[in-house]
Formats: sequence, C-alpha cells, structure tokens
Amino acid sequence: MIRQLFKFREMLLVIIIAILLAVFSTRSPGFATPGNLANIFNDTSILIILALGQMTVILTKSIDLSVAANVAFTGMAVGMLNAAHPELPLVLILIVALCIGAVLGAINGIFVWKLNIPSIVVTLGTLTIYRGMAFVLSGGAWVNAHQMTAPFLQTPRQLFLGLPILGWTAIVIVAVMYLVMSRTFLGRAIYASGGNPTAAVYAGIDVGRTRFFAFVISGTLAGLCGYLWVSRYAVAYVDIAAGFELDTVAACVIGGISTLGGIGSVAGAVLGALFLGVTKNALPVINISPFAQMAISGSVIIAAVIFNARQERRRGRIILRDRGASEQIEVAA
Amino acid sequence: MSAIPEKRLIPDRLGTSATRLFGSWEALLFAVAVLIFIANSLASPYFLNAWNLSDATFNFTEKAMVAFAMALLIISGEIDLSVAAIIALASTAMGAAAQAGIGTPGLVAIGIGVGVGCGVVNGILVAGLRLPSIVVTIGTMSLFRGIAYIVLGDKAYGGYPASFAYFGQGYVFWVFSFEFVLFAVLAIVFAVLLHATNFGRRVYAIGNNEFAARFSGIRVERIKFTLFLLTGLMSGIAAVCLTSRLGSTRPSIAQGWELEIVTMVVLGGVSILGGAGTIGGVVIAAFVMGLVTFGLGLLNVPGIVMSIFIGLLLIVTITLPVIIRQFRHRKPA
Repeated sequence: MIRQLFKFREMLLVIIIAILLAVFSTRSPGFATPGNLANIFNDTSILIILALGQMTVILTKSIDLSVAANVAFTGMAVGMLNAAHPELPLVLILIVALCIGAVLGAINGIFVWKLNIPSIVVTLGTLTIYRGMAFVLSGGAWVNAHQMTAPFLQTPRQLFLGLPILGWTAIVIVAVMYLVMSRTFLGRAIYASGGNPTAAVYAGIDVGRTRFFAFVISGTLAGLCGYLWVSRYAVAYVDIAAGFELDTVAACVIGGISTLGGIGSVAGAVLGALFLGVTKNALPVINISPFAQMAISGSVIIAAVIFNARQERRRGRIILRDRGASEQIEVAA
Repeated sequence: MSAIPEKRLIPDRLGTSATRLFGSWEALLFAVAVLIFIANSLASPYFLNAWNLSDATFNFTEKAMVAFAMALLIISGEIDLSVAAIIALASTAMGAAAQAGIGTPGLVAIGIGVGVGCGVVNGILVAGLRLPSIVVTIGTMSLFRGIAYIVLGDKAYGGYPASFAYFGQGYVFWVFSFEFVLFAVLAIVFAVLLHATNFGRRVYAIGNNEFAARFSGIRVERIKFTLFLLTGLMSGIAAVCLTSRLGSTRPSIAQGWELEIVTMVVLGGVSILGGAGTIGGVVIAAFVMGLVTFGLGLLNVPGIVMSIFIGLLLIVTITLPVIIRQFRHRKPA
C-alpha cells in the first residue's frame, strides 16, 4: 500500500515534468528535441548527484547544509592541484577529490555521531568553515581555464552515445545509489534509523554510526561534484556553488523525501532535481526573466511541502476534539 | 527538528545560586567576551576608542534585533530561515516606495508592514497548515528574495529622503547610535516578554514538550503564529535600519544573514532542540560576534576568514559542554 503511494508520487512528478516539457515545446519548437533534453540532463547532473547525497542524510533525520561549501573547497583544491602539477593523471585527481569530500563529510558525521550534536548546527558551522578554508587555501585567487590541463577539462565533456561523460557519471551514481539504498544493509539501516530511531536501536542498528556513514556518502558525492563543477565551468573560485545546498534540499523536498526522515526514494530525488533543472533551462526559452527562477523554486518548494504533508500525515488517535470544529488533533503532527 | 531529545538529568541537590551563576552558559560566554575584548585592545591600538567601539556596534545590532525574535522561535522548537529574505523584500518595497516619492514615515510603515506580512505567511504555513518550519522557511526564503530579484533584477534602488538616514546613521546622544539604543530597548522588551510573562512561559512549555503543552490548555498554534509574526516584525525593523544605514537596496542585501542570526542565537546558549535559552545569552553572543568581526577587521583580516572564526566559535561552544558532560559522566562509573 505504502509502496504504491510512492509509485504514485513519482509517476505524478514524471507526468508534471512531461507536461512542462510539452508546454515549453509549444512555445519553442527546439526545446523538446533529444539533443536539448540531453543538454538539460547534463546541466542537471551535478544537482542530481548532490541531491542523492542530501537524500541519504535527510533520510536519517538529519540535514547537510555544508554540501555546497564542500564542493567549493574540493573544487578549489583539485583545481589548484591540477594547476600546480599538470603531470598528475586524472584518476589520481579524482581519488583526491573523493577523499577530500569524504573527510569533510566524515567531520560532520563525527560531530553528529560521537557528540550527538544536531546536524543543522554542525553543518551550519562547517558550511562557513569549509568555504573559508577554500579562501585560505587559494588566498582569494582564481584558477582559470588556461591553468588547467586538457584531460582535466575535457574528460567530462566527451560525448558517449550522444550524452557527455558528465551525464553518464550521474546515471552511474544514480544506479549505485539505488543499489545501496535498496539492496545493502547500510541502505536499509539508513531508512530504519530515520523512520523510527528507537525501533532501529532495538533492531540492532547503530543509529549514530548510520548517520555518520550517511554524511560520509554525502561528503564523497560532494567531493566528486567539486571536480565536476570546476571542470564543467572551467574555473575555480571561492564562491562557486554558493547557496547550492538549498537547491539540493529543494530537490529532495520536491521529490517527496520527508524532512522528518525515513521516507523517500532515489527516483524521487532524481525527479526533484530534474524538475528544478527543466524549469531553470526553460525560463529563458519562454522569455521569463532568469531572475524569476528563485521565486518559482520557492513557490514549488512550498507547494511540495504542503503536498508531502498531506501524504505523510498518519491518522492519529482522536484524543481531544476542538470544541467548535470537529477537526482532529493529530498525534503525529 | 531532528535528533533525539537530550536526557535531562535532575541533580539530587541544587548548587548554591552563586555556583549556578558562575557555572552558567551566560557566565562562560561573558568571560569569552571579556577575553576577546582584552585580546582586541592588545592586538590593535585603534580598538579602545569610544567612536570606534560605537562603529563596532553596527556589526551586530541589526542582526541581534532579529536574533531576539529568532531566539523565542527556536526555544519554541521552530526555526525561521527566511529572515534575511524578509529583510531583502522589505528593503525592496521601501526602495520602490521611495522612488514613488513617499516620505520617511510612510517608508518605515511599509518596511515594517512587509516584514509583518511575510511573518504572517510563514505563520499560516507552519502554525496553520502544521508544516515543518525548516523546509517551509527554506521555501519562503527563496520566494521572498525571489520577488525582490524579480522587482529589482540587477538594478539598485537609492534616493531615500534625507530624514530617512536617521535610523541607520543617527545618534541619540554622544556615541550612542539610534540603532544601538533601539537594540538595548528591544533586548529589554524581549527579556521581559520571555522571562516575566505568561506568554514566555508558554513558549518554554511548547519547546520542552509540545504535546504536554497542548494538554495543559496552551494554544500551541496561536503562540507559534505570534512568534512567526514577531520574527517578521523584527526583520522589518532590521530592514528599516539596514536600508537607512546603507542608503541603497540591492536584491542581495543581507545575503547569508539567516545563518549568522541562527549562529548568534545558538551561541547565546539557546538549545536548537528547543525549550532552553535566555535573552541575556543572546545579547552577550551578539557582543561576542560583533567584537570578533570588528577586532579582526581592524587587523585587516578578510571577511571570509572571519566567517571561519564565527563557524569555529559556534562549533566549539556547542561541543565543549557536551565533551565536558561526557567526561563527567564517565568518571563516577
């Protein structure tokens, strides 16, 4: 029954995105061509990857506000590494990016796990610290395209079956995350420790450790995106991805991931990110000022939250009745 | 809000009032403030100067005004991340009104009115529709600032009437600016509201156990709505002061302030899980943050490096008591 509800939710998002694409293509015939759709997907790849990381953290009843700062720091680090040592192979740079991201994520995780500090406070702090460290590392200087090597810049742009490697990376990550979330102990533990932490403890799950690993996953994916971001935009500076952490949360909320933890799916996060990506790419096409993007995503988030709440609201026991209204006071609320 | 509620241990015997006073969070914070003050006056010869110190207060007065209302909101177990966006929208509305030739009293009314209006929107969504405040206010944050971007785009409003400058640049007497006096008055008003009224006790009750509060006949929704309205009102007032001080409005005004304001509140000893905290702590935290940024500014430290210090300050002040508590609990065994 609950599974069917989720299916319904994701189908609804698919339909909404399809309607959006249809409407936009009537305004501009070139919009819904395969080439342009591949472009939009490619453009949204980084958001999809980050949203999946954010999803794992939100599922455990936590939140990671430091992802964008992590992207900025890792991006700056690998950009500078590439500029300083052009002879290093790309694989090594990728490993460095993943490791830095994982360490930054683990720092968040340690505070949440060992000291039991609310994740919002920890990541609020590390958000400013990581971005500040990117400044300290670079001294405020930019790493520009001419300082980066050709493989560093070009690899994510290589076309493979009509889609750049960047897009394929997102597809691979989506597949891996789907397997992790549905087929591994860790994935199920993540759902369990968000859905009902007390019950999870009784079931033998270390909730704190599960949260720690969720943060490590989120950090590692952010590290990967640090490289992808710098390579895609061919520049590294302190303010890259500023405010992007909210986009990742927005993608999750639109995708039906409950901020109370335990509810949500990989498909939901991907569709939420795609929804944001499609609207962002469509606005210029239908002649709406790009400045409207922010207000639109804000309205969509609010609408999605209202929609989610209606679906998540469990029927509570009726304990009290308001005198005037027959409205139920919900225990779960 | 996430995380499992902390265990509240009730000691067999209460300490004497003196030991409780010196062992309190506020006392620790006050000591930190004094240390920073001494360090600053040793580090820079320009620090100990009445006018310089008066200038330093502008660093925190506007944020602190919002932080007072935010403290009440966080104590009640909710949060408002849209405050900076409310400031931006209120400032934009005042800018548009100034272009239309409206005088100073009208501008102030519009600024405060927009703030209250935004607070009402948040209040309806959180208290009325019972949605989680953290996601709702992430949504309204994009919405409010998004509207400011739609109105202003990449332009800026200026040309405020000369008399409007008083709120941000005027002095009541000697070195005491209007903003600082307003800050002091509001601190007293909020301290009385939280610590000496029925309303304040109810806010604590809701934060400690919303369910029990409901059973004790507290109108939880109404109080939460009032708190969101208050936060909107204070953001409106802060917008008047900030706009008057800067003399111009861009849609990116007060960007990132929501995080600084939450940091200020949490640094002030307010539990992010709700139910505990004092206005006195927030006042001292405001001074600490203002002194740190101003002192570092005198030493030519760039703003982004200061933010590292603020982030570290937040994490260290939160973790230190937890580590000490863990250490203490381990010892008796």
